[in-house]
Amino acid sequence: MNYPIAGFGPAVGFSCVVETRPPRHRRFAPGRVRAGVTEARLGKVLMRVLVVEDDLEAQRYLCKGLKEAGHVVDEAGDGETGLTLALSRPYDVAIVDRMLPRLDGLRLVAGMRGERNMTPVLFLSALSDVDDRIKGLRAGGDDYLTKPYAFAELLARLDALVRRRDPGSVKTKVAVGDLELDLLSRTAKRSGSAIELQPREFRLLEYLMRHAGQIVTRTMLLENVWEYHFDPQTNVIDVHISRLRAKIDKGFEAPLLHTVRGAGYMIRAHA
Amino acid sequence: MRTPKVLRTQAFRIVAIYLAIFAISAIALAGFVYWNTALVLDRETDQTIEAEITGLVEQYQRLGLPGLNDAITGRAVRGDQGLYILANSDRRMIAGNLDTWPQISSVSNGFVEFAYERRVGAAPELRTARGRIFTLGQGFYLLVARDVDERRSLETLFQTALLWGAGLMIILGLAGGLLISRKFLARLDVINRTSRQIMGGDLSRRVPVTRAGDEFDDLSTNLNRMLDRIERLLHGMREVSDNVAHDLRSPLNRLRNRLELAAMHQPPDTDTARDIESAVQETDRLIGTFNALLLIAEAEAGSVRESMHDVSLNDVIEGVGELYGPLAEEKHLHFVVRKPPEGAVIRGNRNLIIQALANLVDNAIKYTPTGGTVVVALENNPAGPKLVVADNGPGIPEEDRARVTERFVRLESSRNSPGTGLGLSLVAAVARLHEAELNFEDNHRGLRATLTFKPVEEAPRGAKPAPARVESQPEPVH
Repeated sequence: MNYPIAGFGPAVGFSCVVETRPPRHRRFAPGRVRAGVTEARLGKVLMRVLVVEDDLEAQRYLCKGLKEAGHVVDEAGDGETGLTLALSRPYDVAIVDRMLPRLDGLRLVAGMRGERNMTPVLFLSALSDVDDRIKGLRAGGDDYLTKPYAFAELLARLDALVRRRDPGSVKTKVAVGDLELDLLSRTAKRSGSAIELQPREFRLLEYLMRHAGQIVTRTMLLENVWEYHFDPQTNVIDVHISRLRAKIDKGFEAPLLHTVRGAGYMIRAHA
Repeated sequence: MRTPKVLRTQAFRIVAIYLAIFAISAIALAGFVYWNTALVLDRETDQTIEAEITGLVEQYQRLGLPGLNDAITGRAVRGDQGLYILANSDRRMIAGNLDTWPQISSVSNGFVEFAYERRVGAAPELRTARGRIFTLGQGFYLLVARDVDERRSLETLFQTALLWGAGLMIILGLAGGLLISRKFLARLDVINRTSRQIMGGDLSRRVPVTRAGDEFDDLSTNLNRMLDRIERLLHGMREVSDNVAHDLRSPLNRLRNRLELAAMHQPPDTDTARDIESAVQETDRLIGTFNALLLIAEAEAGSVRESMHDVSLNDVIEGVGELYGPLAEEKHLHFVVRKPPEGAVIRGNRNLIIQALANLVDNAIKYTPTGGTVVVALENNPAGPKLVVADNGPGIPEEDRARVTERFVRLESSRNSPGTGLGLSLVAAVARLHEAELNFEDNHRGLRATLTFKPVEEAPRGAKPAPARVESQPEPVH
């Protein structure tokens, strides 16, 4: 499901995964949203997550965090158990450490794909080299997160992975509220009036809008819009976002582009 | 004009000095021997001549002129080396074996030297003789001499031989000296070349040891041992810092997770929530420092050397410029990206080069005051493609320029700005990995950081550049 638009080639983190299964996730019932949950939690998807991680302490916190976020979690401490679980039960997403006893992460995922199991896989690894990342993605992984990571980052990426299985991704128009993006003519309009965007701003907005209602982290933007895998130290992304915000939200009563504290950004129609 | 390297070697100097001393003493010795021999021989001749004169004068006093005449004739007939002539006041020969009174060529100490003709077979021969003239009473003169021709020609021969010998000695000595220094140089060059390679970062190089077992081999063996030791130490140090960073990453990760979990339970905008948030940020800074350390370690270990691809530097500065441009404009800086139309493609790790350039650009933007200019440029020089980041910030004092690439070094002027103190260390490590040269120059107000890569080798025609991201099949990682 490559993005069909010129100039938005499949970013490294999102390379060709053939979708076969229908989406199976359920939306949170509004009543289940706990008090004190930030807006980031709104619109979250309940997921069944498989965690394959041999560092037991890390595994415990990962599972705890995922459960706190309202997901259902199964865990495995080694690659073989992980593969057995992945093949025997349906999961929305799997989090796999790259270095595992018995069967390492790459082989685990290769084993899953060999059995035509297309559950999206997010690799966790202490190896941060781009080459390691590419190896992981080639083995059939869908995303790659380097330890240490922010939990918000992990959640945002899982969310993106699970929701990505949208059968109608060959769209020519994306819309959020009164903001419309024409992917063919590469033009943007809000409330019918055209917005001038630089090519990179267009890609940024496109990425945000394709993930409307989801948190998109700064790293995700850097990786998918700029195709960079490095630490920019300063929050350069924030400047780009504020410029974009000035173009799409200025003069409108209801802002569409929101900052999610401690996590990233989200584009969302005013409810 | 520079003297050739061979002439400047220590070996050649030693040989030259030794040769000079040897030549002087050899010539002195030969000269001394010659001088003494000549002196002794001359004295012997002179004594013989004196004795003969004494004998002849006695004959003359006892027997008068006829007696002397007889004696001279007698001696002359004996045919040994003696030459006699008795002449009257007109220098006319009365007796003796010389036909005429000879032409005297030199006089010293009463002794004379002259040339005379001697018949050897049919041809007359001009020879040298040494003798003494004695004046008898009544206007008679007696000359007694000895043939010294052989000795004189021997002397000439000796002198010529001495000259030739000395000349030959100097020529052979110099040639030998050159040869020896060449040999010395060859051995030393090997050691020098190896040390340069090692300084270039390839610590696995060793000085080759020959089977000669000489002092050079001793030197090489010792150097190699020292290098082994240094390599072990460095490796150990690297391992320790890698392990520390690695081992601390997991607990830091857990700490962060735990804080995030705690934040989930807190209602937002309370003091506790804010405290937790700042604790998370603090953790992130720590993690950032560790990640930077690990990245430096990775770049320095050279393990990324295998993942070198063709990197277009124009793309790099364009991308980094585009990413950081808005940040500079936000600070009201003039942000200029200059790229040459022809561009430059080098072999390297794209990610690390981007990170290095981003660190330089980030610093430039951070330290340039409002209204200043930051220039990011690629210059194609004969020395190789050069990435330039120039700003109008406070610059780096000259005495600090070598220091800023050390880990955790932060200049007094930058203490108050956020940063890990590792940014420039990483740039330096990336430079070393790519055998590039990192320089900090004065921008005449501001800093001009340059990263000069090795000149691009002309790719053979038709050779396709390696795709930017290709590597082997996934392999198990343990």
